[in-house]
Amino acid sequence: SPPAQLLDRLERLALVDFRDAEGVERLQEAIRFAEQLQEVNTDGVEPMDSVLEDRCLYLREDDVTEGNCAKELLKNAREKVEEYFVAPPGNIPLPKLDEQETVLRGS
Amino acid sequence: VSPEPGSPQVAAALKAGRVTPTELCQRCLALIRSTGFLNAYITVAEETALKQAEESEERYRRGQTLGVLDGIPVSVKDNFSTAGIETTCASSMLKGYISPYNATVVQKLLDQGAVLLGKTNLDEFAMGSGSTDGVFGPVRNPWSYSRQYKEKSVSKSHSEDEESNWVITGGSSGGSAAAVSSFTCFAALGSDTGGSTRNPAAHCGVVGLKPTYGLISRHGLIPLVNSMDVPGILTRCVDDAAVMLGSLAGHDPKDSTTVQDNFGPFELPDLTDVSKLSIGIPKEYNAPGLSSEILALWSKAADLFKNAGAKVIEVSLPHTRYSIVCYHVLCTAEVASNMARFDGLEYGHRSDMNESTESMYAATRREGFNDVVRGRILSGNYFLLKQNYENYFVKAQKVRRLIFNDFVKVFRGGVDILLTPTTLSDAVPYMEFIKEDNRTRSAQDDILTQAANMAGLPAINVPTALSERGLPIGLQFIGRSFQEKQLLTVAKWFEKQVKFPMIELEAVKRLDDGVFQHQKSAFS
Repeated sequence: SPPAQLLDRLERLALVDFRDAEGVERLQEAIRFAEQLQEVNTDGVEPMDSVLEDRCLYLREDDVTEGNCAKELLKNAREKVEEYFVAPPGNIPLPKLDEQETVLRGS
Repeated sequence: VSPEPGSPQVAAALKAGRVTPTELCQRCLALIRSTGFLNAYITVAEETALKQAEESEERYRRGQTLGVLDGIPVSVKDNFSTAGIETTCASSMLKGYISPYNATVVQKLLDQGAVLLGKTNLDEFAMGSGSTDGVFGPVRNPWSYSRQYKEKSVSKSHSEDEESNWVITGGSSGGSAAAVSSFTCFAALGSDTGGSTRNPAAHCGVVGLKPTYGLISRHGLIPLVNSMDVPGILTRCVDDAAVMLGSLAGHDPKDSTTVQDNFGPFELPDLTDVSKLSIGIPKEYNAPGLSSEILALWSKAADLFKNAGAKVIEVSLPHTRYSIVCYHVLCTAEVASNMARFDGLEYGHRSDMNESTESMYAATRREGFNDVVRGRILSGNYFLLKQNYENYFVKAQKVRRLIFNDFVKVFRGGVDILLTPTTLSDAVPYMEFIKEDNRTRSAQDDILTQAANMAGLPAINVPTALSERGLPIGLQFIGRSFQEKQLLTVAKWFEKQVKFPMIELEAVKRLDDGVFQHQKSAFS
């Protein structure tokens, strides 16, 4: 089973929690499943980013064609002030593993 | 004014004034209501649909229709942005979310006068192969209620069986497939990342087209895997799929991954001579778990081509069995990235948690996403860790190239089209399906469809025959990049040979006066 430290790190990176033992088990299954990739010989094979790799990505002219829709975009936000999206205070790290339960219990 | 049984197709009927757009719209809406137990729709846009139908009717009156889609009722999978109409992706994360813009494909449909009936149900964020894991509940396969299925099921009590024996639609575009299959619309949009359009098409007995990657704009399609997603087309016949493709394909300045090649809509020729065709049968698609019934049907189909004079040869795509593992890693990695945008700040669900930005984000995502989504995000982040990046993500990208090259080799060897099964079996009952978890199911069910997404190739499911249980079985054709015309031409020929039976649904019969039951193509 992946070490607790790794699980904690994943939860911070993903900002999503495993919730319970089943979640961790699911990750272990996923890792086990992915191991099959090691069976394939990929010596000298270049990674493929896109099936359209032999084409040039389309670049359009750097002209403004749309915008000025702040009101529309703000409609979907729950917390806003004038034309700002409002976030809770930043620069506060997520609580450590053992403190987390208390913090997230509210949600 | 109602068309008589056996009357020609809907578009012609509209043109000739035999049925008006508003009548058509109202009938579809009534059918949606009476088939509500299928749970195919998340949102029915009744008011706007009727308004669109009225405007279409006005255009018909003035003889100024916008094209062949004018007045035609369509439905759209709920992961496409629709301005003014809720877009939820069947997730709590987007409940109540109203997009300020239309996806390009939606805009194109509307610009041509199509009538948008509503948004169809799916697996949450299109993750799944059953359309069972959305927050609005599972979609039921209309064939569960067909005469053909009912007469094949050994029943004790009639009502008891209907409640527990209903079968899944497949997924993740199950709502769209069910909507088309039950005649509530004439065409529907789905999406296809690992088979999400072709799989439910096979289980629901409809045509499901996955176009070449880069042909149809993804702008407004809420992304799952940017390098594999495509909008999918679901219709009742191949000709209709060609018409829809013609209306949707082409470069979009808002999606830089659409190719700039000129694309022109085409009419499908009526192929009579298949002697110049070379059909490839990839032996690896005789995958573990493939039902003997489907294997036999596949073989029969190959013989059909052979007896008609086509060259039918066995080919090999040696890396087929790694396509699912490859997909598993690449998909979860891209999902980890794509789902990062859901943080509660600008749109969607926002948690009441207010301690800090990060804890708000974490709580929002905890509350908004289901287990499947969260599981994939966590797996994806694992594979993207610095210590794992080379061994998993980059490795998978290399395997992707090998899969891609398998196809290149076969097509370069002279094969025009590949013929394969679409699914391993006919649709299973819901109660059986949920016994395994989502990832296991997806891994099993996507095995025959996934490689086409890996290689970006066009592929289509054509309903072929009914199984012993009275449920649809479809076969898949895979074509060369951007050769949709050839792919659809062959598919149409095959469709004509197999004469797949029409679903016999009580709800449709009651409403029928010829408009639905005897329609094959909507457009020609």
